[in-house]
Amino acid sequence: MAVGIRTHDLRKVYSSVPPMAAGGGIVARTSARGSKQPAKEQIPALDGLSLEVHPGEIFCLLGPNGAGKSTTVGVLTTRVRPTSGQAWIGEHDVWKEQAQVKRLIGVVPQRANLDFSLTAREILVYHGAYFGLSSKIRNERADALLEKFKLTERGNQMVRGFSGGMMQRLSIARAMMHDPQVLFLDEPSAGLDPQTRILLWEIIREYHQAGKTVLLTTHNMEEADALCQRLAIVDHGRVIALGTPGELKASIPGGFLLRLRFANQTPQLIERLQSLAGVREVRAADGTGADVYADRGGSLISEIANSAASTGAELSDVHISEPSLENLFLHHTGRSLRD
Amino acid sequence: MNWKTFFAMLGRDAHVARRNAIQLFMQTFLQPLLFVFIFGKVMVGSGYMPEAYKSLLLPGIIAISMTFTGVWAVAMPLIAEFQWTREIEDRLLAPISVGWIAIEKVIAGMLQALVAGLVVIPLAWLVLGRGVAISMGTPLIFAVIILLVAAFSACGGLALGCSMDQQHIGLMFSLVMTPMIFFGCTYYPWSALKTFPILQKIVLVNPLVYASEGMRATLAPQFAHLPVAAVILALVFFDVLLLVVGLRQFEKKAVT
Ligand SMILES: Nc1ncnc2c1ncn2[C@@H]1O[C@H](COP(=O)(O)OP(=O)(O)OP(=O)(O)O)[C@@H](O)[C@H]1O
Ligand SMILES: [Mg+2]
Repeated sequence: MAVGIRTHDLRKVYSSVPPMAAGGGIVARTSARGSKQPAKEQIPALDGLSLEVHPGEIFCLLGPNGAGKSTTVGVLTTRVRPTSGQAWIGEHDVWKEQAQVKRLIGVVPQRANLDFSLTAREILVYHGAYFGLSSKIRNERADALLEKFKLTERGNQMVRGFSGGMMQRLSIARAMMHDPQVLFLDEPSAGLDPQTRILLWEIIREYHQAGKTVLLTTHNMEEADALCQRLAIVDHGRVIALGTPGELKASIPGGFLLRLRFANQTPQLIERLQSLAGVREVRAADGTGADVYADRGGSLISEIANSAASTGAELSDVHISEPSLENLFLHHTGRSLRD
Repeated sequence: MNWKTFFAMLGRDAHVARRNAIQLFMQTFLQPLLFVFIFGKVMVGSGYMPEAYKSLLLPGIIAISMTFTGVWAVAMPLIAEFQWTREIEDRLLAPISVGWIAIEKVIAGMLQALVAGLVVIPLAWLVLGRGVAISMGTPLIFAVIILLVAAFSACGGLALGCSMDQQHIGLMFSLVMTPMIFFGCTYYPWSALKTFPILQKIVLVNPLVYASEGMRATLAPQFAHLPVAAVILALVFFDVLLLVVGLRQFEKKAVT
């Protein structure tokens, strides 16, 4: 049975130790305690985050650096104690029923945390043992996962010498080792080459098809678009938009981009295009093409073709792209995701 | 309580210890054996120390070896794993409550300390040669004391490892371990401090004193030593204290 995820009004305020006390050694710290304790800086990471991920869904948290994605994952995986609010995995309160929750989840952290004293294969096998798998099953699964993540040849090497991408692959394999009902992936494709990223997407889809719930974070719109059934855009520790990729994209005005190519493009043509209803902006490119940002997509084509004909230009190529999550983010926050 | 997980984690630690056996061996035994050689062999052989010093030294060496091994075995991996490699996170996510992960570390440290204590006896004996008057009149009490010493070292490692930052490892050894060893009645019996009455009282806060005196009381009772009951009581007290502090610190470190 698939398991859902729920959070209610999560807040998390980190207090970071001031640099003087953090780096100054024991002596500085004790003397600081004795006299005037330097004020700790308060960093709000989550500010009333409420979410519901349906059982058996691929859900994505999208947001810029420092938005609170990893903190959310941390709270849901027992690693971060929320300042207030609640979180549930299935029926289990994450904070109060940690052992049961840990049994249900698999976690790929943003920063690799592989056991450096073990080989790749041992990491998988011991992980299986922590979850009580029998020796036969854990050996079989370890071999299958090494194969799946193309690490078989490296299986008996210490992970110390692994490349970043290889460590990332092994982290994902480890999280799948005990076949958890809910898989958390914190920026799983960071540091993966394009081919491996596609492989990972396939593996995630396949895992989802087996009836599992997947929550992943990313700041890559393409990834969110390609994988997720629903997504939440997070900024400053709050959900600022939630829905399917299609719904979210449809909610923004001027989200369409039409990339046009003309023979004999003229300045008049560009002016004409600008005056068409629903067109927000036209950018001419190298004399033969123009990028048109508009509220509508296909319905503009005939008007564009007419304008082209009337100025003596000929429309030779059109590419319409749907409203993107990038534009969506810009729309909601006034900032670009790629900042 | 999830025993499968617990034993799997112990298995992992045993596996890693086996893999690093030679390194661990050198780290644990080189220093005490050099000490045994210089003081027990060179100094005694040249007549600067009486022959009886050999038997006085050996129990202290056992106490030091065990303490060092236990503290080191628990504290060093914890410091590195919490701050730097974060490799403990995998175990923090295992289906077991966080406190048991700390207990597992303590058990693993105790086992290593026990091995160290039991191996250093014959090794030191070999180095010292003839003239070591060691006996085990009360094996049961010896077993109790050696277990309590192992627990003290591992719990101490837990408390230290979870309270120290990586950049303070050097400080930990120069400020905590070194004075503890020199004022730990390891190379001399507690009764030898009677000419320094104030110091003799102060060193009683040092748990290593009870470890060395306990070893001496059970292995070389011919020398004056603290009463066994006092030793056991004090060791139990320090075991519990360090375990409680260590668990608290561990749980604090385990979540952010
Ligand atoms: N251990 C910590 N101590 C202090 N502050 C922290 C800690 N962890 C996170 N923060 C702060 O909380 C905020 C949210 O961080 P978080 O890691 O959740 O962001 P994120 O969305 O995962 O970002 P990224 O895309 O960079 O991974 C940031 O301002 C960060 O500085
Ligand atoms: Mg993050």
